Amino acid sequence: MLRSRITPCLLVHKKGLVKTVAFKDSKYVGDPINAVKIFNEKEVDELMVLDIDATKEGRGPDFEMIRNLAVECRMPFCYGGGVTTVEQAKKIINLGAEKVALSAAAIYNPGILKEIGNAVGIQSVVVVLDVKKKGLLGGYEIYTHNGQKNSGVKLKDFLIILNEIGIGELVINSIEDDGKMQGFDFKIFDFARNLTSMPMTILGGAGNIEHVREAISRFKIIGVAAGSLFVFKGKYKAVLISYPDKEERKKLYQI
Amino acid sequence: MITIINYGSGNIRAIGNIYDRLNISYKIASSPQEVHGAQKIFLPGVGAFDETISMLDKTGFREVLDKEIIQNKVPVIGICVGMQILAESSEEGSLPGLGYIKGRVKKIDETLLKQKPKLPHLGWNSIQIARVNTLLDGVDEEFGFYFLHTYYFECENDSDILATTNYGKSFASAINHENVYGIQFHPEKSHNNGVTLLKNFATL
Repeated sequence: MLRSRITPCLLVHKKGLVKTVAFKDSKYVGDPINAVKIFNEKEVDELMVLDIDATKEGRGPDFEMIRNLAVECRMPFCYGGGVTTVEQAKKIINLGAEKVALSAAAIYNPGILKEIGNAVGIQSVVVVLDVKKKGLLGGYEIYTHNGQKNSGVKLKDFLIILNEIGIGELVINSIEDDGKMQGFDFKIFDFARNLTSMPMTILGGAGNIEHVREAISRFKIIGVAAGSLFVFKGKYKAVLISYPDKEERKKLYQI
Repeated sequence: MITIINYGSGNIRAIGNIYDRLNISYKIASSPQEVHGAQKIFLPGVGAFDETISMLDKTGFREVLDKEIIQNKVPVIGICVGMQILAESSEEGSLPGLGYIKGRVKKIDETLLKQKPKLPHLGWNSIQIARVNTLLDGVDEEFGFYFLHTYYFECENDSDILATTNYGKSFASAINHENVYGIQFHPEKSHNNGVTLLKNFATL
């Protein structure tokens, strides 16, 4: 049986790992390579690493960092941040990443997805959408540049485009729940799940294993990604990398 | 010594990384000349069927692979698209495959998947061993492997199936005919199971 995926999502800022709250107040949580080594030992399902500076600074991916991460990763590794061209995507896959994630570039130029798909296989192309609810009846809108720029594109409309292209995976990130550890806002994820049948990963809000359990029990097979949950421990958010062990996961997957 | 074929697509580095850690020697062949006299051949694969086949033709690898694999019976393993190109044809493309194992590549039937997600088949799935073979020695079937694909290999002969996996229906996730092996999943990203399999291939 196919299992759900429980995916630590690591954010890179100024070459270090950080964790944000509502895309702000980034707190340094450690060295990327060191984190990967710990996640290897824990045999995590997958790893997602997002460089949150790249698009904002208008630069491309840091290939040296990706190379170093890919060498260490013994789990499927998805890189995102600053990818705008086919060449960049190709290089990332050839460095040993399994998947390459796009956000801003895909939203402003969806055609790039197909081009990248032709070069690396469309199943390896991931789209990360940072979303926020617009007013009471306004639906969901997609933001870019670390949640600072409203793209003006509605989630609903963009999912139609993604369905046509047939990408490998969709990551929905709820901006307002980021880092709050208060649980998932399932309204956003239900909305997206109803509009597409591709593999989906939900991000933003997980604060404990019960939240993960809730998500798996709701969607049966889903990607559950989290940052804070896997890097913080306790009320005072001490930095400590953790991940459910094999036995605990076995129970989670069987819900 | 394992010879990993570098034909432009495929995440060669990830496989090399594991062999580095295992202290198993390998070389990356970027030209057909480097394949002559190979003891083991590795066909990595990420990408599309036609693109992969035409890269093999364009780079001249095809001829030397035919010679080493068909005539000299050098053990070969193809992973993901590297497995699919071992077939005779694929619904994903129009070019003929290498034809080392009888069968054709078909798209996973979405209508058999009763719930979302549907395609691609993405994530960790278990395997069920159908025929005992050194390649899968010591592998934890339930833990399984990491999959990422939309097409699968349909063997003409069931006796070529080493293991099956269920996604909508049961399909061949590992195959073998004589010296030719194919696996649909990604051992280079499948933790200990993957390391075990890659080590097994090296000792075949």
